[in-house]
Amino acid sequence: MSEMIVITREELNPDDFTCLVRRDENGAVVTFLGTTRDTFEGKRVIRLEYEAYEEMAYRKLEEIRQELKAEFGLEDVAIGHRIGVVDIGEISLVVAVGSPHRSEAFYACHEAVNRLKHSVPIWKKEFYEGGEHWVACEDHEFNEGAEAAPQAAPAGND
Amino acid sequence: MELSVRFFALYRERAGCNLAKVTLPEGTTVADLVAAVRDRFPQLAPPDVKIVVAVNEEYAELETSLQAGDEICFIPPVSGGQANPDTSP
Repeated sequence: MSEMIVITREELNPDDFTCLVRRDENGAVVTFLGTTRDTFEGKRVIRLEYEAYEEMAYRKLEEIRQELKAEFGLEDVAIGHRIGVVDIGEISLVVAVGSPHRSEAFYACHEAVNRLKHSVPIWKKEFYEGGEHWVACEDHEFNEGAEAAPQAAPAGND
Repeated sequence: MELSVRFFALYRERAGCNLAKVTLPEGTTVADLVAAVRDRFPQLAPPDVKIVVAVNEEYAELETSLQAGDEICFIPPVSGGQANPDTSP
């Protein structure tokens, strides 16, 4: 497995990932940081906790890397995901893309984040004042509250 | 044959354990396994919610046949962020 993918309980340093994708062939580097937000549906979030099925998460992240390299004709994609307890304002995700041209770097970085939120088995739990909540993508979420409508089979994104 | 099922995140909390062992006949499919596990852990998810299963680190179809020794995990909806209405370029 590539060292271009890291799943760790330690703090993520974005420079580590940016450095991995900087090469003389590349004219553009885009680095995305996902940082932990302090509110959820109007409630104050105190901290977050991420849990991963690590073996599969590495595998799915590597699949995404390979897809993006093929689709956007670039060589350099590095992804870091933090797990465990993450305090507010810290970095939980880093995606760095290096490409000869900027357009591909922006698109590939955007796609990487979208895809990993849909297919990589990493879960986020938000702890807020008065409760806790596992977060899911809206289009995957099963709304199980009393008011929830029955869900049909996933029909793709809106 | 005996199969082991790992639970993560929401499912782990609801099941109250991270591993369940289930004995099912040879030729059992993912659908059969899900039904058996739902019987034992009805609190896992409401009946109308589809449970996603990974077999040997890949998302599996309901009709996938299972073998003894398969690594089986029940996968709750994955984490975070807003669903993105953008389509791919």
